[in-house]
Amino acid sequence: MNGDTTGPGTAGGDAATGGRVVVIGNGMVGQRFTEALRARDTDRRWQVTVLAEERRPAYDRVRLSAFFDGVSAEELNLHTPDDGVELRLGEPATAIDRERRVVVTAAGEHPYDAVVLATGSYPFVPPVAGRDLPGVFVYRTLDDLEAIREHARGRRVGAVIGGGLLGLEAANALRLLGLATHVIEFAPRLMPVQVDEAGGAMLRRYVEELGVTTHLGVATTALRPGADGAVTALELSDGRTVDAELVVVAAGIRPRDDLARAAGLELGPRGGVLVDATCRTGDERIWAVGECAAVDGVCHGLVAPGYATAEVVADRLLGGAATFPGADTATKLKLLGVDVASFGDAHGTTEGSLDVTFTDPATRSYAKLVLSDDAKTLLGGVLVGDASAYPTLRASVGGPLPAAPLALLAPAGGAAAGAGALPGSAQVCSCNAVTRDDIDAAIAGGCADVPALKACTRAGTSCGSCVPMLKQLLDAAGVKQSTALCEHFDLSRQELFDVVRVRGIRTFSRLVAEHGRGRGCDICKPVVASILASLGTGHVLDGERASLQDTNDAYLANLQRDGSYSVVPRIPGGEITPEKLIVIGQVAQEFKLYTKITGGQRIDLFGARVDQLPQIWRRLVDAGFESGHAYGKALRTVKSCVGETWCRYGVQDSVGLAVALELRYRGLRAPHKLKSAVSGCARECAEARSKDFGIIATDTGWNLYVGGNGGFRPRHADLFATDLSTAELIPLIDRFLMYYIRTADRLQRTAAWIEAMEGGLDHLRAVIVDDSLGLCAELEAEMARHVAGYSDEWRDVLDDPERLRRFSSFVNAPDVPDPSITFAVERGQPVPAGRARPVAAAAAPDGEAPARRRQPVTLGLPEVRR
Amino acid sequence: MSIATDTYTRRPAADTQGWSPVCPLEKLEPERGVAALVDGAQVALFRAGDELFALDNLDPVGGAYVLSRGIVGSRGGTPTVASPLHKQVYDLRTGACLDLPGVAVPRHDVRCRDGLVEVRLRREG
Ligand code: SRM
Ligand SMILES: Cc1cc2nc3c(=O)[nH]c(=O)nc-3n(C[C@H](O)[C@H](O)[C@H](O)COP(=O)(O)OP(=O)(O)OC[C@H]3O[C@@H](n4cnc5c(N)ncnc54)[C@H](O)[C@@H]3O)c2cc1C
Ligand code: SF4
Ligand code: FES
Repeated sequence: MNGDTTGPGTAGGDAATGGRVVVIGNGMVGQRFTEALRARDTDRRWQVTVLAEERRPAYDRVRLSAFFDGVSAEELNLHTPDDGVELRLGEPATAIDRERRVVVTAAGEHPYDAVVLATGSYPFVPPVAGRDLPGVFVYRTLDDLEAIREHARGRRVGAVIGGGLLGLEAANALRLLGLATHVIEFAPRLMPVQVDEAGGAMLRRYVEELGVTTHLGVATTALRPGADGAVTALELSDGRTVDAELVVVAAGIRPRDDLARAAGLELGPRGGVLVDATCRTGDERIWAVGECAAVDGVCHGLVAPGYATAEVVADRLLGGAATFPGADTATKLKLLGVDVASFGDAHGTTEGSLDVTFTDPATRSYAKLVLSDDAKTLLGGVLVGDASAYPTLRASVGGPLPAAPLALLAPAGGAAAGAGALPGSAQVCSCNAVTRDDIDAAIAGGCADVPALKACTRAGTSCGSCVPMLKQLLDAAGVKQSTALCEHFDLSRQELFDVVRVRGIRTFSRLVAEHGRGRGCDICKPVVASILASLGTGHVLDGERASLQDTNDAYLANLQRDGSYSVVPRIPGGEITPEKLIVIGQVAQEFKLYTKITGGQRIDLFGARVDQLPQIWRRLVDAGFESGHAYGKALRTVKSCVGETWCRYGVQDSVGLAVALELRYRGLRAPHKLKSAVSGCARECAEARSKDFGIIATDTGWNLYVGGNGGFRPRHADLFATDLSTAELIPLIDRFLMYYIRTADRLQRTAAWIEAMEGGLDHLRAVIVDDSLGLCAELEAEMARHVAGYSDEWRDVLDDPERLRRFSSFVNAPDVPDPSITFAVERGQPVPAGRARPVAAAAAPDGEAPARRRQPVTLGLPEVRR
Repeated sequence: MSIATDTYTRRPAADTQGWSPVCPLEKLEPERGVAALVDGAQVALFRAGDELFALDNLDPVGGAYVLSRGIVGSRGGTPTVASPLHKQVYDLRTGACLDLPGVAVPRHDVRCRDGLVEVRLRREG
């Protein structure tokens, strides 16, 4: 190696003194390095400058494709501002002047005591004619994806050059964008690096069934422009032509080593900045991490080894002695809905290794294990179709098999049995280098569930593929993750639902007698009430059922802080006639109700006493209103934007669909409340992506999003299906809702339900699109029963003296209004009269005085200054 | 007055008043509460299993007269009601809050005679 400008430890910038470190590149690994350094550098020895070529701070490139699932750039963000770090976006380094020890950019120079190269890779584009045509893209940055989405607009056919991991991911993206998709791969099989021939064949079958056309064993020789100058076709080496209006090149990556090369640093045999196991180049002030680094001559194209290099350099800059631990090249992916995993010596290149393979055409899975010559040590393997055994197997590489090979590979069999048998040194989470010993220590230290393990060990926080194993290790440690509903039932909500459904149980008393114990409580009673209601077994206030309801359902209104109730009539889609508006105004006037437009596009009337509710509803029902179920764990609102009827951008009738959906699903009781919205174009004024199910109009139909949530933990909904006709949309939503009702936990919104679901969105798709459980017809029939059986709860109460009887303030004085409910006037409307703070609040458990005070809002009065 | 000390609710009826008739038993729904006005006081009456219970209707934490509208149930062997406002659970027999130490609601005497429910208020001396 050449070019040491300083001897070891002669100037500032060594481990002892720190100094200025310039990080070139703010990708995944550059970011991890910066965080790792800042976390360890407690006495702020290093001043950090980060030069970033991209205009955005670091984001999760591994999840890049989620962008097409509707995940926003913000959600992919990895960067948290840190005042000890100067991040210079859009300012790429152009040279490293080792003589003067400055990094040069177009904007100026940055002196350094240390440089960390974290420049990543660039996509390799084969030198074929037409590679610069408009419509030809690579797949590396968010900007690339935005450009692809833009160009895809109005186009119908796309092609991907490259059938590897990245190529298939890009192919899926093109599918999601609605393009008919071709994949061209030079090797004779898909994913040649990861899977073997038989695995590749299984993969190809899956991929083609999804409508992706594969062209294997051929090269692309040229790209041809069409009349508009953009690409329209690919010419292949076998003489054929494939039409494509958009082409993504995913033919491999090359390390970005040009800065290092120009600075006279040595490169690896196949490119990359040559570094030793300490990640240092020949210049002791210059280090390289991530994909641009050729560690002992080898570049690694995955994030886990990249993170390992980042940790090594952070350690070294502070005087540590860390070295690169070696790379785990294991990968598990969900490609086009197919699980594919490969780990260790997947190709059996080790001397004398043995293969055990297993092909099951019925479950369409393929698996191969590579064993040492004595068949005792696991060397590697490939799984296609069913990768449930992956976490266990990967962690067992290099060690004894946790079970007999076939037992491990048999569908869903071995995985669970295996985790407990792993040795303590086995790496459970390879992204974050967490071993079984680490996990066991965390469990012993009190971590009792997966979120706690994540927080405490970082395991499971990157790719997530080790999460099932975290569960198994909790099980193995005897930590019982109880699903019991409460002390009265050992069953989970889902199990209770099935019991009630299958056994036809219709009363709580029978259910608790046969399947539970005790009298029930405020947890299980409303759950059972909701299950009975979801199954369409009659009015919620009939018979024993009335005693199960939370107070809101018991009075079909929302309890307020002063013991009064609010009234929310349904206003489907937020559309209302002037006549109806006037009735609401008159009712509010007559009963002196506080009136407010809600966040759900309807009107809430507050301050009604129990005994006034029937009178108020009499008026409303006569005017054609019905219950809005604001009180129920049920469908709330389907919000709409004004849509194509009026809006100059609208492309579909969003109000019409919102009204139809609200009327279809009104009254549907669920594990938690359900909200929806329909937007008439991609501007999304109805905020559909914050809803449990949201619909956004496209030029030719509707896109369906599921699992959104506002509220406590906001989450954007995931794109679930695209360009549906209304007739296609409805059955999908029917199934979605009924499957949710059947299987979710108590008070689990759809967002949390999908997140907790094993297999996530893909599982959901399998069940309700591909009918993998054979449930679709049943779910639709259940919804059809709900729709046919709907009747307005409030009308039904008004029609029945028995039900009405309950609506009095006092059992012995039905005509006396509740004297505790009194009002003051604020901004011209009644509000609960101020009352002294309740006494018991003074006895809060921690003995703290109640500090909460209502803040007076006195805008317009001059502020008092001291 | 402070009802945040449990000596108060544990204390035997100091000044016994007479029993006031409230309503026929069948007006109390099984496993549910109702509110009644007794001498101007709001009382929450519960019929749980074959027992009757009476507590103040005022939720001492939330400060509203709503306890009668809570869900009746049991915890361990104890008959309970959960406040509909913020779900604190109270022992129907003693009025003690099972979730917040030191919090309790006053309880009253209740009985059924000849199909008629009667309440005797317990008031602080
Ligand atoms: C009235 C309203 C506020 C308003 O004045 O605008 C409101 C009022 C209440 N909301 Fe809300 N929410 C209202 C819109 C929303 C919205 C906005 C929306 O729907 O577009 C959200 C966020 C969207 C979402 O749910 O994802 C919202 C998220 C919540 C949450 C948090 C849910 C979550 O998943 O984190 C709760 C708590 C809960 O349900 O457990 C809640 C609970 C409540 C409760 C039921 C609190 C309670 O237990 O008393 C309030 C009932 C008041 C009443 O008597 O009506 N409210 N609430 C809105 C009624 C809309 C309607 O017409 O039905
Ligand atoms: C679509 C896709 C899917 C992937 N999926 C997986 C996966 O499932 N598992 C996995 O392990 N890995 C996956 N990867 C690979 C993973 O993203 C990379 O290994 C990881 O991002 C490498 O991090 P890095 O910091 O070395 O490089 P990058 O994240 O590429 O960051 C390098 C940064 O440096 C910047 N830069 C370059 N030159 C300069 C300069 N001169 N000055 C300033 N800045 C500069 C670049 O603009 C870039 O922002 C995937 C990659 C892609 C594109
Ligand atoms: S934000 Fe809070 S205070 Fe406001 S309506 Fe919703 S629940 Fe009530
Ligand atoms: S293996 Fe990727 S997060 Fe654990």
